[in-house]
Amino acid sequence: MTSDQIEAQFNLSYPDFTLDVNLSLPARGVSVLFGHSGSGKTSLLRCFAGLERPQFGELSFKGESWQAGKQFLPAHKRPIGYVFQEASLFSHLSAKDNLNYAIKRAIKTSESGSPQIEREQAIELLGIGNLLERQPHQLSGGERQRVAIARALLIQPQLLLMDEPLAALDLPRKLEILPYLERLKRQLDLPIIYVSHSPDEVARLADYLVAMEQGRALCSGSLSETLSQLDFPLKLGEDTSVVLEGIVTERDRTWKLTRVQFDGGHVWLRDSGHAIHSEVRVRILARDISLAKAPHDDTSIINTLAAEVVEIITDEHEGLSLVRLKVGNTYLISRVTRRSAHLLGLQQGLTIWAQIKSVAVI
Amino acid sequence: MNFTDADLAAIWLTLKLATVVTLLLLLIGTPIAWWLANTRSRWKNPVSALVALPIVLPPSVIGFYLLVFMGPNGPLGHLTQTLGLGTLPFTFEGLVLASLVYSLPFVVQPIQNAIEALGQRPLEVAATLRASPLDTFFSVVLPQARPGLLTAAVLGFAHTVGEFGVVLMIGGNIPGETRVVSVQIYDHVEALDYSSAHELSLLMVGFSFMVLLLLYTFNPRAAFSSGVKS
Repeated sequence: MTSDQIEAQFNLSYPDFTLDVNLSLPARGVSVLFGHSGSGKTSLLRCFAGLERPQFGELSFKGESWQAGKQFLPAHKRPIGYVFQEASLFSHLSAKDNLNYAIKRAIKTSESGSPQIEREQAIELLGIGNLLERQPHQLSGGERQRVAIARALLIQPQLLLMDEPLAALDLPRKLEILPYLERLKRQLDLPIIYVSHSPDEVARLADYLVAMEQGRALCSGSLSETLSQLDFPLKLGEDTSVVLEGIVTERDRTWKLTRVQFDGGHVWLRDSGHAIHSEVRVRILARDISLAKAPHDDTSIINTLAAEVVEIITDEHEGLSLVRLKVGNTYLISRVTRRSAHLLGLQQGLTIWAQIKSVAVI
Repeated sequence: MNFTDADLAAIWLTLKLATVVTLLLLLIGTPIAWWLANTRSRWKNPVSALVALPIVLPPSVIGFYLLVFMGPNGPLGHLTQTLGLGTLPFTFEGLVLASLVYSLPFVVQPIQNAIEALGQRPLEVAATLRASPLDTFFSVVLPQARPGLLTAAVLGFAHTVGEFGVVLMIGGNIPGETRVVSVQIYDHVEALDYSSAHELSLLMVGFSFMVLLLLYTFNPRAAFSSGVKS
């Protein structure tokens, strides 16, 4: 039986913590396990890797059983790559020898059937060509993590597991590595399970999202499905937003603007340098969408979309409402005061103008 | 210093004994240390206590039981006689065996501490890089525990050089076979030849000081954390 799913069911008990999940993830793209610290996302990832052996567990990858009943494939026999949160390079080996450690033990690609990730390709992809002769202690945190990611790729994994690879780094280092992760995602046809507590990383990398809390998976689904739910179980507060995937269709040279077409409409935003036809992700924060009964042209706002009100709920703060809007086949979330919602007479099915103050390419 | 032929023979024998014992102990002690560092077995504490026993027991007690064990009526004595090897007491081989027991904790404990200090993370990293446990042992554990191995070798060697009571019980005083430096010093004192005893004793003090100096200079942390007290 072949399948393109990862089916997992784990039950792991510690004296002060219980992990209890039953999940099905797509075996393609980036699935993010998202939650606050202590939510069990790292424990879950370790169960996927075989580093943790739950009392009860069933795990199959594309129809191939890794754990069932008493059967348990140990970590070193699973076709995975793993990137740990903190630096995990072997301290007795140079960066190059750390890569060679993986190359020597790599999965034979004739067995896995997937295309080989060449040494040079991995080095180029992560920009570590000039670091190879150094010892781990001579590398910065970000550089170490890039070497560790390259090493995980060179094992020729069929599934890449990443445990908050950016969490131990400061902001500049994070921004340094994120583009490499995006390239990796675009250039390699490799399913990734990525643990994170950062909404930014979710917005930039996730295709599929699993929200975790207290050892349970609260909800899971594609990024657009999950983020646009008003009752998204993890309170994001100021970060409440939706992410749209679109294509650059026009670049206005005079005003330095880019037009991004998405399923249901288009938005104009500051020219980000992306070529026409390139795929981009844009993020729109709920607080950046205001609502109006009529379109205005006497405003500085350039993006105004006709939308249908789908759902209204009160936000965490009782003075605010979250409004779910439908534009074509795409959902947006707007956050307005409850008074405005009342004065505008917002109700399900009403057509309203969504004025988008700011859109960012991510 | 002018050492007699008997002194030189004793020095040579001591170095030979300590070298053989150290090499054998690294081979025997490393797997024991690895097991102790990683096991969750209920046998861990009894085995730890057994390994550490020579640290606290008087050498005469160790020597006595080894003598009985290896003697003509002891279990090992029976075995060696059946194999046509005679008995081990009062031979160099017997001395090697006794020294293995006597110096075991001085080799096992530094290695065990070094392996425990590595923690689980390097082992997990190796597992995610498809290294089997045996592969991990040779490619990660041994190289990373090298300071501990070095400490173990130095302590095992020095401790074997310094043994006296066990040698006397098990090996007696046979020139070129079991008469090591510490026994030779004892003989000099018995014969009231204090100046010869001085020369050999000074050599031992100098040697021991140099060994410890090297250890603390190149490997201060490992020496400090070896947990070995003698």
